[in-house]
Amino acid sequence: MIHSLTGAVELGFMYALMALGVYITYRILDFPDLTVDASFTTGAGIAAVMISHGQAPWLATLAAFGGGLAAGICTGLLHTKGKVNGLLAGIIMMIALYSINIRIMGKPNISLLNTDTLFSGVASHEWHDFRLAYIVVLFAVAIVVKLLLDAFLHTDLGLALRATGDNKRMIRSFGSNTDLTTILGVSLSNGLVALSGALIAQDGGSADISMGIGMIVIGLASVIIGEAMLGPKRVFWATLAVVVGSLAYRIVFALALRAEFLHLKATDLKLITAVIVILALVIPTMSRSAKQKQQAKRRTAELAAGMRGKGAI
Amino acid sequence: MLEIYQVSKLFNPGTADEKIALMDINLKLNEGDFVTVIGSNGAGKSTLMNIISGVMQPDIGDVRIDGQSVASKSESERSRWVGRVFQDPMAGTAPNMTIEENLSMAYARGKPRGFGWAVTGRKRALFKEELKRLGIGLDARLRAKVGLLSGGERQALSLLMSTFTRPGILLLDEHTAALDPARAELITRLTEEIVRSMKLTTLMVTHNMEQAIRLGNRLIMMDKGRIILDIPPERKQDLTVQKLLGEFERISGHKLADDRVVLG
Ligand SMILES: Nc1ncnc2c1ncn2[C@@H]1O[C@H](COP(=O)(O)OP(=O)(O)OP(=O)(O)O)[C@@H](O)[C@H]1O
Ligand SMILES: [Mg+2]
Repeated sequence: MIHSLTGAVELGFMYALMALGVYITYRILDFPDLTVDASFTTGAGIAAVMISHGQAPWLATLAAFGGGLAAGICTGLLHTKGKVNGLLAGIIMMIALYSINIRIMGKPNISLLNTDTLFSGVASHEWHDFRLAYIVVLFAVAIVVKLLLDAFLHTDLGLALRATGDNKRMIRSFGSNTDLTTILGVSLSNGLVALSGALIAQDGGSADISMGIGMIVIGLASVIIGEAMLGPKRVFWATLAVVVGSLAYRIVFALALRAEFLHLKATDLKLITAVIVILALVIPTMSRSAKQKQQAKRRTAELAAGMRGKGAI
Repeated sequence: MLEIYQVSKLFNPGTADEKIALMDINLKLNEGDFVTVIGSNGAGKSTLMNIISGVMQPDIGDVRIDGQSVASKSESERSRWVGRVFQDPMAGTAPNMTIEENLSMAYARGKPRGFGWAVTGRKRALFKEELKRLGIGLDARLRAKVGLLSGGERQALSLLMSTFTRPGILLLDEHTAALDPARAELITRLTEEIVRSMKLTTLMVTHNMEQAIRLGNRLIMMDKGRIILDIPPERKQDLTVQKLLGEFERISGHKLADDRVVLG
């Protein structure tokens, strides 16, 4: 039990980088970018190929980040300069990347067992049994990336990026080229997603061509769950919510698999994810409209009472 | 300062919907001119603003700022010279960002945007000073999200944002039209104060005849894509709403038809 939970926490921190990437496109740019499903694999593939060819793991991880940035630039260009609808631009890039990923990897699956990865140093640590050091390192990675992202979002360029999703017309009238900020955002997003893929491949000991499928929905689930837990607030809290959401998603999922009476299989993951996202999307809307109805009722009753009162005088 | 030279613009050329939005417009604004613009619906006023700011390109003709053609410059490049306030109070500010963040984006107009902190202590002090000038208490709400402000407050903020960096040209397109009369009056007063104290070269579209006469040193009238009347400072002083409407009918041959017209 404890073991599957610590595993969930570790995954939660690694996938948090992917979720932060999704947050940039989905929440900041208001652009649901499906490239994520393939750029995750791109990151994993680049890291796995380089490491298995004897490159330094940190270099491989950095290259994976770069690969994601490049993939994001392509989607961004397609969307802004090519004027292709955002969803479609993402789907097209996703398909294109599938072939590119196979080319990068050379085969559908690369094993990293018995190879030194970023985490080899930590895993051989004497605390290995408790996996505490491992969790601490992954926690630190997620938090550092989150803080760097926060800092970036408070720079002049970061503000222009946020305004691009908030009010394009306004930021353009103040001299920002929104095509460039959009490309920057989509690129950064996919860079983080690929980085996350590189970590997951090194942690799991392999990169697989299909490992990114459904990633966008998991990312959305993390963003939405986090918001439901912490509420959408200032940048600092919003990105923290994404990390928390990613953790919560992994923990809930691990518990659901452990609950034997549910008879769930690992392959049910995608269905559960979809259900979580549906609930997270539908419940707030429904409760909002219920609240509005209630308020309208109360207010109308008040007004009606007021009118009756006046009539009496 | 601003020269519009033989500018014409057609919409949907060659189709059944072909529409002449601007036809051979020539206009020259001197440094410090405050020109009010009136005209019927569809006269081409907004199109003229959009062509100056680079949102649209003219089919023929040229726009020059400070003697230099800006034809090849995009909207974002022209923003170095051109400040704008839109009719829609929602259009000029980013609702999910704070007042100080919005001001900071305006402050960066014409500068490269890099990795420097957007809001620093020094900038915050400056923003506070500027907001105080509006006199509506926004200086105490630097960290409030702009989406929480009323339409009038947002429009006052937009006006400040588009002027405090002293743009060469200020374009106001019916920027009080969406506000209730009291708030519209406040924004008009602020506009007058700011334009006067900063000596901004301004082009202001308004549907309020009284305002068009009272504000500024020059008045132009547009109809069907043309400038039909350009009233210079010396003649503007003894203008009345009646005379203005009479003049419009005499030249254009029809009544001024503006669904938002306010006579004053
Ligand atoms: N994007 C567009 N596509 C097609 N026609 C347009 C477009 N924009 C404006 N027009 C047409 O061009 C003409 C000029 O429009 P414009 O918006 O400049 O008028 P206006 O003087 O600002 O009018 P109003 O007082 O209603 O704001 C109108 O006939 C309008 O229908
Ligand atoms: Mg108009």
